[in-house]
Amino acid sequence: MASLVYFSSTSGNTHRFVQKLGVPADRIPLYSTDEPLKVDEPYVLVVPTYGGGNDRGAVPKQVIKFLNDEHNRSLIRGVISAGNTNFGSAYCIAGDIVAQKCKVPHLFKFELFGTQDDVDAVRNGLDVLWKQQ
Amino acid sequence: MTEKLTLVSHVDAINWNRIQDEKDVEVWNRLTANFWLPEKVPLSGDVQSWNTLTAEEQTLTMRVFTGLTLLDTIQGTVGAVSLIPDALTPHEEAVYTNIAFMESVHAKSYSSIFSTLCSTPEIDAAFRWSTENQNLQRKAQIVLDYYHGDDPLKRKVASTLLESFLFYSGFYLPMYWSSRAKLTNTADLIRLIIRDEAVHGYYIGYKFQKGLELESEARREELKDYTFSLLYDLYENEVQYTHDLYDPLGMAEDVKKFLHYNANKALMNLGYEALFPSTVTDVSPAILSALSPNADENHDFFSGSGSSYVIGKHEETTDDDWDF
Repeated sequence: MASLVYFSSTSGNTHRFVQKLGVPADRIPLYSTDEPLKVDEPYVLVVPTYGGGNDRGAVPKQVIKFLNDEHNRSLIRGVISAGNTNFGSAYCIAGDIVAQKCKVPHLFKFELFGTQDDVDAVRNGLDVLWKQQ
Repeated sequence: MTEKLTLVSHVDAINWNRIQDEKDVEVWNRLTANFWLPEKVPLSGDVQSWNTLTAEEQTLTMRVFTGLTLLDTIQGTVGAVSLIPDALTPHEEAVYTNIAFMESVHAKSYSSIFSTLCSTPEIDAAFRWSTENQNLQRKAQIVLDYYHGDDPLKRKVASTLLESFLFYSGFYLPMYWSSRAKLTNTADLIRLIIRDEAVHGYYIGYKFQKGLELESEARREELKDYTFSLLYDLYENEVQYTHDLYDPLGMAEDVKKFLHYNANKALMNLGYEALFPSTVTDVSPAILSALSPNADENHDFFSGSGSSYVIGKHEETTDDDWDF
């Protein structure tokens, strides 16, 4: 069964969003000393945008490390990103960067840990997406 | 004043090579990387545009900016400083000193806008208005009371609501002008402030949640109730303030949507679910895109509106670590 892969820092916003979705999900580890995550099924990546205002460092290092694994990268089917519109043109830019690097669609953007509307939209959208796979 | 000045009772030399909370370093780095000064923004480019505004529009703009100046002054001089004695780590204390200073930069930047665009009597009149407007003074007083109160977590709530909610009745207007190609340099400066406030609200809200983890279930309930009742108080006052300012130009209704939208984000910064339903947070797309050109309504690929399927809009990244 296909699933989600996500990263969330100690503030836990993205973790909270994924919990609200209630679908199977694997978390990319926070520390480089942790066992790296390896996936074997197609997945959608949920990524928060870092850096607060420019391109540099917008994608968390841990996510880059995960995607640098070619097998992991071959299984990504789309990306969902989190951010804050206060960051202007850098809003959810991590999703744009991953979409471009991995040639997959940027499926959805949400702020902080998402509203109930965001959760409903993503849950329904993922259902449809996985049926098409 | 009879109250006793509260300071940190014991200080050790701060060691940035021993970190208890990675978030402190992350936020310090973000804030210092984002540092800016109003002198870098070419405000004089707005003089011509300013002269195309009606007298009423100019008055509104100046009042909005003196209101924002007051909030930034409170936050720089009292708010961020009041958080220092209750910091959980020495690095958190350092971050608050950065926040306090940056709020003073924000406060000063409104004066840069004024001196570029307005005459001294006009500036004085706008500042006089800010001391006389009851709803503005009331919101300042509500927040100040909590900063002087003895509950550290309530101070963080008040501070987060100021950073992430109370500014937005004011921020609306420069975004509105920007969407009509007016005062665009001023809007660029305000966007820098808006960016900073997001980091401040996120960080103080995060520290509030860290503090909550150490509290009993009953106390958590108390703080949740307190947060929502403070938000209601501030919201009611904010609606009045919005009408005071924007009614003469008939703009109050859309400003209120912007208030709801930002109140939800303030609550999320504190770890609480959004309160206002999407039916009352649908800010006009022109305002949203003045705030963030990336926040277009077509961001939902799932709904089939689909422009987000166009990948590669972003040409390149400066991250060096991608090796594929």
